[in-house]
Amino acid sequence: MSARSVGKKNKVSLKSKVEPYLYLAPFAIGVLLFTLYPIVNVVLMSFKENYNFINQSYSGWGLGNYLYVLKDAYFIQAYKNTFMYVFVVIPISTCLSVVIATLLNQKIKFSGMFQTAYFLPMVTSTIAIGFAWRFMFNHKTGIINYLLSFFGVEAINWLQIPKYNFPALCIYGVWAILPFTIILLLSGLQNIDPMYYTAAKVDGAGPIKSFFRITLPLLAPTIFLVLCVNTISTFKVYNELFPLFQGPGIASNLFTVVYYIYYQFRIKTPSKYGYAAAAAVILFLTIFVFTMIQRFVEKLTKD
Amino acid sequence: MSKALKEITLGRVFIYLFLIAGAVIMIFPFYWMITGAFKSYVEIGQYPPLWWPTTFNFDNFVIAFEMAPFLTYFRNSVVAMVGSVSLCAFTTILASFAFSKLNFPGKHVIFGLLLGLMMIPFEMIIITNFRTIIDIKIYNTIFALIIPFTSSIFYTYILKGFFDSIPDSLYQAARVDGCSNWKYLWRVMVPIARPSLVTIILLNAIASWNSFMWPMLAVVERDLRTLPFGLYAFVSEGGAETQLMMAASTIIVVPMIILFLFARKQIVNGVARGGLKG
Repeated sequence: MSARSVGKKNKVSLKSKVEPYLYLAPFAIGVLLFTLYPIVNVVLMSFKENYNFINQSYSGWGLGNYLYVLKDAYFIQAYKNTFMYVFVVIPISTCLSVVIATLLNQKIKFSGMFQTAYFLPMVTSTIAIGFAWRFMFNHKTGIINYLLSFFGVEAINWLQIPKYNFPALCIYGVWAILPFTIILLLSGLQNIDPMYYTAAKVDGAGPIKSFFRITLPLLAPTIFLVLCVNTISTFKVYNELFPLFQGPGIASNLFTVVYYIYYQFRIKTPSKYGYAAAAAVILFLTIFVFTMIQRFVEKLTKD
Repeated sequence: MSKALKEITLGRVFIYLFLIAGAVIMIFPFYWMITGAFKSYVEIGQYPPLWWPTTFNFDNFVIAFEMAPFLTYFRNSVVAMVGSVSLCAFTTILASFAFSKLNFPGKHVIFGLLLGLMMIPFEMIIITNFRTIIDIKIYNTIFALIIPFTSSIFYTYILKGFFDSIPDSLYQAARVDGCSNWKYLWRVMVPIARPSLVTIILLNAIASWNSFMWPMLAVVERDLRTLPFGLYAFVSEGGAETQLMMAASTIIVVPMIILFLFARKQIVNGVARGGLKG
């Protein structure tokens, strides 16, 4: 073997060693700078006492931020509101979606048109369509109160009376999350072997019976997955507050966890980054618990 | 026989009625927004509400465009979307290829860690990212809306999954023929993966177009606002009248409606795949 060919071989192997990192580099820079570093930093920040954002000074390490946040009436309210929102929106949207997805999965005409109608809200701006809902929720001239009047319901002041803010948010929330939920359930339904239904038909089972005996049990893993994914996403409710109430409810009555983070580091003056960081870590831990439950049950059903 | 037939048709009728009612509810806010954009100041305040504007003209749009620089907002949205989506597609293609076909020490550990990072809520990291864009001096520039979004673990995960499904024998054959990795990636992998790529680009474009929280933090200048933030400011700062609010909202929503009508299948498939695995 000549010296030249050895040199060339070394060059090739060096190249093949370095090459993967060159392919990874552009991606890695973004991930390191805008995902990994911020996570580490926000956790550290949450333990820094009297953190000053401008000169990045702090007086020491401790649990001060957490103690403050956990006692803060706004945070307690935010956590309660967020949980309430999840517990209202998730069951209603999931039940509706199971029914709609099941019907959409039948051999129906115009299924493309139906899908377009049901999925459209998913691609449109929360803010823009939220303003349409605000218009619909209007106390005096809104279409919702007008339609309700046919059922003898007196005009509800959805947006200006604090106790009606939450139902308004939930109605909008359910409507907005339906498309995503239906899509996931529909794709779960399409994975069910049609053999089961043929067999059920031969055995004389009606559509209702086969829904409860076949569809629901076989769809259960997908439903569970949807519950987890949606719990995590609804737990981050935030954008919806802006078009409806231009803030956390009409009288600061509808704080949510994410809004609280935003409030601590952008609205409050001077900004409290430490409190925002502590709240963010608490948000993460909550979501982490849901994710772990999801992974655990997924493993159970797979084995 | 005829009784069974009757039952079947009755069930069918019920299915259609239910689906139509649901579809009407889902579509209604769009209908109400777009018709509202054409109503006059008097019409929009009428009770009972008008189902249909009496005249169709673009006055509200003209007034909204005069009151706030929506054309500039529109341009900013397009620039931020094209910039972040194309850069992200580029980094995603390269990284997915490395994770799928190249070998390097710690590959599986690194990929596992990345999947773990995927559950970090964006809301958790914005506090630091806000600080970072100030430090790297892109705060209050259009780059603040692009640079933080050049890498996506989620899309890399999806595309890597697709790359994995392309048989390695193809890769080996090309390598034996003296085809470089770079050439192989762009000449073979990318064309094969086009449907997947289109899907992640569409999902990313929709997310970018509709993003609200980050633009609100990252830019202060009026001429740098994107559409959702500009619309929100138009209403909250200017106290815009309802029919103008509807006209401005329509401007934001219509491009995405058109996109959805053309690419419904890709978008829906992408959402189903991403949601079920992620």
